[in-house]
Amino acid sequence: MSSLLSLAIWIPIFGAFVVFACGEQKKLARWTALAVAFAGFAITLPLYIGFDPAQAGMQFVEQRPWIPLLNIEYLLGVDGISVLFILLNSFVTILVVIAGWEVIEDKVAQYMGAFLIMSGLMNGIFCALDAVLFYVFFEASLIPMYIIIGVWGGPNRVYAAFKFFLYTLLGSLLMLIALIWLYLSSGGSFNLLEWHQLRIDMTPQILLFLAFLVAFAVKVPMWPVHTWLPDAHVEAPTGGSVVLAAIMLKLGAYGFLRFSLPIAPDASHTLAPLMITLSLIAVIYIGFVALVQADMKKLIAYSSISHMGFVTLGFFIFNQLGIEGALVQMVSHGFVSAAMFLCVGVMYDRLHSRQIADYGGVMHRMPKFAGFFVLFAMANAGLPATSGFVGEFMVALGAIKFNFWVGFAAATTLVLGAAYTLWMVKRVVYGPVGNSHVAELADISHREFLFLALLALCVLAMGVYPFPFTEVMHASVDNLLKHVAVSKL
Amino acid sequence: MLKNFLTPDLYPAMPEIFLLVMACVILLVDAFLGKAQRWITGALTLISLVGCALITYQTMDGQVVLTFSNMFVDDLLGDFLKLLLYLAVIVVLIYSRDYLVARQLDKGEFYLLVLFATLGMMVMISASHFLTIYLGLELLSLSLYALVALDRDSPRAVEAAMKYFVLGALASGLLLYGMSMVYGATGTLEIGGVAQALHLGVANKTVLVFGLVFLVAGIAFKLGAVPFHMWVPDVYHGAPTPITLLIASAPKLAAFAMAMRILVFGLFELAQHWQSMLMLLAVLSIAVGNLAAIAQTNLKRMLAYSAISHMGFLLLALMSGVVGPDRHFALIAYTSAMYYVVAYVMMSLGAFGVILLLSRAGYEAEHLDDLKGLNQRSPWFAAVMLALMFSMAGVPFFVGFFAKFSVLLAVIDAGYIGVAVFAVLFSLIGAFYYLRIVKLMYFDAPSDAAPLAASPDMRFLLSLNGVAVAAFGLFPDALMTLCTSALLRSL
Repeated sequence: MSSLLSLAIWIPIFGAFVVFACGEQKKLARWTALAVAFAGFAITLPLYIGFDPAQAGMQFVEQRPWIPLLNIEYLLGVDGISVLFILLNSFVTILVVIAGWEVIEDKVAQYMGAFLIMSGLMNGIFCALDAVLFYVFFEASLIPMYIIIGVWGGPNRVYAAFKFFLYTLLGSLLMLIALIWLYLSSGGSFNLLEWHQLRIDMTPQILLFLAFLVAFAVKVPMWPVHTWLPDAHVEAPTGGSVVLAAIMLKLGAYGFLRFSLPIAPDASHTLAPLMITLSLIAVIYIGFVALVQADMKKLIAYSSISHMGFVTLGFFIFNQLGIEGALVQMVSHGFVSAAMFLCVGVMYDRLHSRQIADYGGVMHRMPKFAGFFVLFAMANAGLPATSGFVGEFMVALGAIKFNFWVGFAAATTLVLGAAYTLWMVKRVVYGPVGNSHVAELADISHREFLFLALLALCVLAMGVYPFPFTEVMHASVDNLLKHVAVSKL
Repeated sequence: MLKNFLTPDLYPAMPEIFLLVMACVILLVDAFLGKAQRWITGALTLISLVGCALITYQTMDGQVVLTFSNMFVDDLLGDFLKLLLYLAVIVVLIYSRDYLVARQLDKGEFYLLVLFATLGMMVMISASHFLTIYLGLELLSLSLYALVALDRDSPRAVEAAMKYFVLGALASGLLLYGMSMVYGATGTLEIGGVAQALHLGVANKTVLVFGLVFLVAGIAFKLGAVPFHMWVPDVYHGAPTPITLLIASAPKLAAFAMAMRILVFGLFELAQHWQSMLMLLAVLSIAVGNLAAIAQTNLKRMLAYSAISHMGFLLLALMSGVVGPDRHFALIAYTSAMYYVVAYVMMSLGAFGVILLLSRAGYEAEHLDDLKGLNQRSPWFAAVMLALMFSMAGVPFFVGFFAKFSVLLAVIDAGYIGVAVFAVLFSLIGAFYYLRIVKLMYFDAPSDAAPLAASPDMRFLLSLNGVAVAAFGLFPDALMTLCTSALLRSL
């Protein structure tokens, strides 16, 4: 029994306490945090290398009793669906540490530590196979994010932090009741894999599905419970926005695959039209909302909601292309949204404004930066040869297979996405130099170049050669689809 | 005539006897001590409590032993609760020392009254007779009334004491009235005897249910459940903070024991009647407690309302132990109730401990704004308070989460999903005011830059308290198993 997964969870968390211990020694805190983040990422590499893509079941399983009285176990494991997110999460953590390097001057140790704790907790969410363990990680991850938004956030940070916390808590508390109900009806087990085999009648299935829907829809976020996200994104510091967009939003989508679909397959099929409708509203309506945003972060936040709508759409059309495309889209969005927020962060650090109107002609002053920004914008719009294209194309194909008009509606995102992203790029990057502040802009430093280049590599590699990503998930997705196709009534 | 006189077996009551003797000794010793030697009284008090703990631990054998003509019982449940009780009182004494010294309230009476209150709680915990319960309860209550008025120059404290006394006396009256009905219906006041009479069906149920209403009202008053909660905010607010700390912690253990002994051990056959009463009390407490807490600007008052909502959760757990088709789950319900009480005492000690930590001579840190910017003044104690607040809100990985979780498990198992959803929605509302505390500590700038002036032993203990809240959240099993086995061996 390997304990790689445990290490992936606990190294960042214990490392965070070492970072806290650095106190006011900023330099030491930064370097320690970077070392911990690298250690956390290094420990996840064997997960990918040692992962057997031919196997559909759980790998690297760890099983220990935790609360024997209630039959709660410390049960960890990854399959093709979750393993990529653990890597993505640990990778993004490094970027966040580097991105906050010189920018954060206030309470550095606490800033870095909070992100490390969050990284560990989110790894826990992706590999927990015991429902209570999952829930505990799921809810505990709210605490560091609440602190991050509230302490290092913008002017309206308190409102955003409360909204974020209470919104998410509402969803997860209802899920808790569903989990306890499942525990009792499965005869006293919190094991997710056992729950997947549990026979459940239609009415409870629908109720369970709705309880999970509230929890995960808030997290994704789906229309109409998305309103916390723009606030949280706008107010959060750059690192917070990156983690929110790249990882936290994926938790909700992951929850659908791990809980809703396999536990309540019949309800999933019955309610699929509802889910597809909500997803399409997110894709199209939120796409239009993004178009009119004057704040860059808000624009990217809405574009995230729209992209995540694509993901949920992919799940509920029940075919291989749809689900795999959605997963690819999740990973790709992890890179692209992280990159977009980092780009906005780079500009914000210089001008302390996120308003599109305050910029213009950035290209003339920051040519290197402009290159990266345009690349990521293209990826966000789904340009072929970038990672954004692969997922969207797969989901769109899957959707057309499912129903032509659904596919048609979904494909409008390619137009809308291009419209809002490129229009923003046009106004920010191109044109004459907008004002005297822009004229004084300095191009990106080595540090900034480093993380943008890393992300650019990922975006291009995934766009040109997505096979290493799809290969890993293939067997598990196949297995999931077969499972969902069988009625549990 | 002497032939009929049986010497009761004193052995099971050793801790109580020891504490009584020590209290009398301290009373005498203190009379000869000057102001400068007051620390001797404090030290002796601590030694007595540690002595009690040792005796209780030594005599703990898992047997159920009755003595004093079946009026007193020594069982594992009692021993376990007593050990926690000593611990809580010791923590109270250490947390409050600086505060009392700074305000010249560290009189001998304080220590004695605390000891007598402790004795009262011990008697309550070990009672197997309605009159013993009453005796213990009155000893506790009278000591607490006096303690609340300890700072006799403070009009607020005196008002609180008066209010507490009048309402407390009313509650005691209700309890006695209920007991008399039980006696009338069953012909006995022994808890075991009452259970037997009920089981055999010889008791008059109408009278019993009538009496039950009064008993439940009495218990609800002691726990501070709505609609018998009026005293809680005023007393918490009015009493000097160390006394609030005492009232908010240890007596909850005794009240839990009282509820268990009367309702579960004695009147189990009437479960379907008291169950619906408890549910009403619980639902009201959770709603009123959480809603009213939002409106508070005084930290002590806010914690008082939060206590009311926590007691609602406790009642939910007690209520759901009955109808489970599976005995395993009935046990889980009582375990969760006990676990909840222990967790609550732990969190409440810590939260009032932080208030005491921030207070200093001539300055009461009892307003929410006094917590502003604590993270900049002391990151460590801000983190402790953060853990306590999230624990009270029921967020993992803290002990409060597993307390709420196990209660919800029991409630859903009993078939009350609606009640569980209700409780969960109100704890969402509750999360708001706990979050507000965290916001004040972390997001706001300090309005008061004075360094924390607390003695090292208090800092250490408070740190330990915070660590315990996290540790029992990460490893809840040990405590839960202890609760289960204590209940299992005593039922």
